[in-house]
Amino acid sequence: MSMSGIGAPVRRKEDFRFITGKGHYTDDINRPGQAHAVFLRSPHAHATINRIDASAALKMPGVLAVFTGDDLAADKVGGLICGWMIHSKDGSPMKAGAHPALAQGKVRYVGDHVAVVIADTYAQAREAAEKIVVDYTVLPAVTDMNAAVKPGAPVVHDVASDNTVYNWHLGDKAATDAAFAKAKHVTKLDIVNNRLVPNAMEPRAAVGDYDFGADSFTLYTTSQNPHVARLVLSAFIGIAPEHKLRVIAPDVGGGFGSKIFIYAEETVCVWASKKVGRPVKWTADRTEAFLADAHGRDHITHAELALDDKGKILGLRVNTKANLGAYLSTFSSSVPTYLYAPLLSGQYDIPAIYAEVDGIYTTTAPVDAYRGAGRPEATFVVERLMEVAAREIGVDPAQFRKKNFVTKFPHQTPVIMCYDAGDYNASLEKALEMADYKNVGKRKRESAKKGLLRGVGISAYIEACGIAPSAAVGSLGAGVGLWESAEVRVNPIGTVEILTGSHSHGQGHETTFAQLVSSRLGVPIDNVSIVHGDTDKVQMGMGTYGSRSGAVGMSAIVKALDKIEAKAKKVAAYVLEASDADIEFKDGKFSVKGTDKSVDFPSVALQAYIAHKFNGQDLEPGLKESAFWDPTNFTFPAGVHICELEIDPQTGVTRIDRWTAVDDFGEIINPMIVEGQVHGGIAQGIGQALCEGAVYNKDGQLLTASYMDYTMPRADDVPSYNVGMTQTRCPSNPLGIKGCGEAGAIAAPPAVVNALTDALGHENVPMPATPHAVWRAAQSTIAKQAAE
Amino acid sequence: MYPFTYHQPENARKAATVAGKLEDAKFLAGGMTLLPTMKQRLASPANLVDLAKCDDLRGIEVAARSVTIGAMTRHVDVANSKELQEAIPALADLAGMIGDPAVRNRGTIGGSLANNDPAADYPAAALALGATIVTNKRKIEAEQYFTGLFETALEDGEVITKVVFPIPAKAGYEKFRNPASRYAIVGVFVAKKGSEVRVAVTGAGSSGVFRATKIEAALTAKFSSKSLEGVKMPAEGLNSDIHADAEYRAHLITVMAKRATDKAK
Repeated sequence: MSMSGIGAPVRRKEDFRFITGKGHYTDDINRPGQAHAVFLRSPHAHATINRIDASAALKMPGVLAVFTGDDLAADKVGGLICGWMIHSKDGSPMKAGAHPALAQGKVRYVGDHVAVVIADTYAQAREAAEKIVVDYTVLPAVTDMNAAVKPGAPVVHDVASDNTVYNWHLGDKAATDAAFAKAKHVTKLDIVNNRLVPNAMEPRAAVGDYDFGADSFTLYTTSQNPHVARLVLSAFIGIAPEHKLRVIAPDVGGGFGSKIFIYAEETVCVWASKKVGRPVKWTADRTEAFLADAHGRDHITHAELALDDKGKILGLRVNTKANLGAYLSTFSSSVPTYLYAPLLSGQYDIPAIYAEVDGIYTTTAPVDAYRGAGRPEATFVVERLMEVAAREIGVDPAQFRKKNFVTKFPHQTPVIMCYDAGDYNASLEKALEMADYKNVGKRKRESAKKGLLRGVGISAYIEACGIAPSAAVGSLGAGVGLWESAEVRVNPIGTVEILTGSHSHGQGHETTFAQLVSSRLGVPIDNVSIVHGDTDKVQMGMGTYGSRSGAVGMSAIVKALDKIEAKAKKVAAYVLEASDADIEFKDGKFSVKGTDKSVDFPSVALQAYIAHKFNGQDLEPGLKESAFWDPTNFTFPAGVHICELEIDPQTGVTRIDRWTAVDDFGEIINPMIVEGQVHGGIAQGIGQALCEGAVYNKDGQLLTASYMDYTMPRADDVPSYNVGMTQTRCPSNPLGIKGCGEAGAIAAPPAVVNALTDALGHENVPMPATPHAVWRAAQSTIAKQAAE
Repeated sequence: MYPFTYHQPENARKAATVAGKLEDAKFLAGGMTLLPTMKQRLASPANLVDLAKCDDLRGIEVAARSVTIGAMTRHVDVANSKELQEAIPALADLAGMIGDPAVRNRGTIGGSLANNDPAADYPAAALALGATIVTNKRKIEAEQYFTGLFETALEDGEVITKVVFPIPAKAGYEKFRNPASRYAIVGVFVAKKGSEVRVAVTGAGSSGVFRATKIEAALTAKFSSKSLEGVKMPAEGLNSDIHADAEYRAHLITVMAKRATDKAK
């Protein structure tokens, strides 16, 4: 291993500019003559719009225009789309209501877009927005999923009269019923997966800029996938054809899924830039981020696990209601279906699984993918069930898991996925050792002496990452392929530019991708630059989400590098006056087998461009190659996290005492960056378990619309992490990578709740397990202890 | 933020005069509440009278029986005052627990008391220690000063100049923070002076800071957290919100009172 190649803990190249305030984010972009947009948002969760009177607003100083849904419709601007078709059990397509970028006749959640004001300054636009008079007829809100599906509930979209987008299912119902019929023990659990607000540090922003000379648009936007944004804005929304629309996603300050989607604001800004003849900028304030970024999670689930008399799992039955909010966001339909139920087998050999999922409309913000996207929800169901089942049959939870682990690979689950490689026992054993699991009893007694309740919880998670084989997801309803692209441009002096369809918004691609190139071509990482996030520079690509940039994005780079090496060998053969077949490439040098004749990589690059040593008709000059990589399978990162915590039953305060994480991510490019990803993921998972929860009241007002009421985890809420690794190589990509970006957020919530319920001695504690909730839950524990 | 006219007088007397002549004027102290409220367009005073240049409103003086703190004294200065840490350590401790470093470097004792946020910390200290709030017009006993949520006995144009705290024999403050905002869900200040024990509770009451007479009685009998075993505070009159219902707040009052008593010195 070199100091900067694959496997080295290289410091992140991008951090200097980020931590010195020299990053270049969308809000840092100011175009000449730029105007500012402010969106008038609905104060009501559900209302019809009778009339919008903008006459007073239009007279305000600096105001250029006020646009409403009618203006978009008049220009034939299409609505926002959901790009994954889900079919119900009966074969009928999902019932997707129209999703106009600006409301047309009706608003469906607090924060929904009613109109946009464009003015010389932000302050003027904001002043003017307050002068728009909207005549609403307020309709009853419905925020609770169980209420939404009752007859007579307010109807969010006429197309779905029972507020149900789909009744979807997966698995073999008859086989699962048969498994339960012969079960010795059945564990049943009702659980809620709490709604989260993504809260990227950088709020969403957009600058639309129309060039009248070229008749083309440029959109600067906070996107995890600028090419997908361009595709949707072109092909579906109809802003402009793709060659007349450039989308640039510069530095992006965190996405966590929420910046995958194509939202109303960027659509309106880019369209309006032509209407007003000036660039139009919008940057969300934090309240807008709370109200109108797509939220995450929000499931209600009943699950049952069937066991035989030896504690082996026979079957699993899951029924989930998933809140999709008021409109179907870009990938929302897939999250509680194909990103969820196929993970319900966990790390376990489960012969029969049947899952039913109802997608529900409510008058709340749209819900879509958020770090983990479906897989945290699945893991929460499986790992809570495993823990409770072990407790019910009186078996140690670690041993119970071990007994049911998948041990032979490849393993075909009953729910689509074929696990290709793993060693679940190895991760469990290592985690138990690192966590000093055998002495938990002793530590519990010590805590009890101090009046504290100590608990330990295991989470053995699995995720499907590296999304995904295009034909496979196509057969499941995806509207796009999920390959990735790369182009490698070697410059004449041997420096290298990598153009990648992946997008970095915190992941450290500028470092890890350069490490790969350094390892392959023997050039220093400082001689490698990573170009991403600009549809005019980079070939079509699919972007970053689902822990795919390593497994899919880097595989495309490897494929392009293979072509570079092959071409460079041909050039080297001319330079060294040898046959292609005799050229070897190692440590940045081309040499002739069995001789001391060699030439270094930069010299070959130069020769490729000056083309003096070969005939340009026999070999094309230049050294530039591109590749597309379409994966052959998902990847399956898996691991074991163990949470140990103490509860103060007097206040309900939970303190996490120790956290052990043992993950199998396959091959690792940069262990420091991977560990950082694990830390961040766990912090988000602990946030979900102990702190975060979006709460709407019955009128559909978001009560947690600021940091005064929405609890983001802070440094003192999370422990120091004890992180370890096991490794089985991923067989389905050239680097053997599985992906690491979402693992912590997937693993953590059940580990915390399993530890809390262990400490409390009963299963009844909700997420987020705030001090208030834990104090309530501890009352029965205290009463029981007093009785004993 | 809506437009406003900004004034910056150099002393308290001028500040009161300026404010007295203006329509719809607000005093600006540290601005830790007023400015965010204005930014959110929830407040729109026509005139803002900034007290930042009023040096006569700053400073801490420790005498034999009392401590006097100027209204514009920042939390960080109260927290770090060596003399105060000797005289009333609980008060310095409380100031160090307010908000975060940014807030403590801007926020002031006078601003906090004038705003009387029901979850602010200083009102509990003022009430439990029997402080006197001195204004440009008069002296107001703490008992008469706090009149409701964000309501005080201050009249229009009246500005707090200083606060006088009698030095207790022992005092302690403990609070349970809102997990999101980190304001007090319940904050309890206990103070013993001679045979009298006064206990003030912030964060919990639906009409702001109040004295917990049940706890005062128990601690008057014996000033020990053991005296509070089994003392149950009533939930009536306490706040309920998504972070804590009234029953939880009632319970926390006793728990925080015990911890404040254990800490008291």
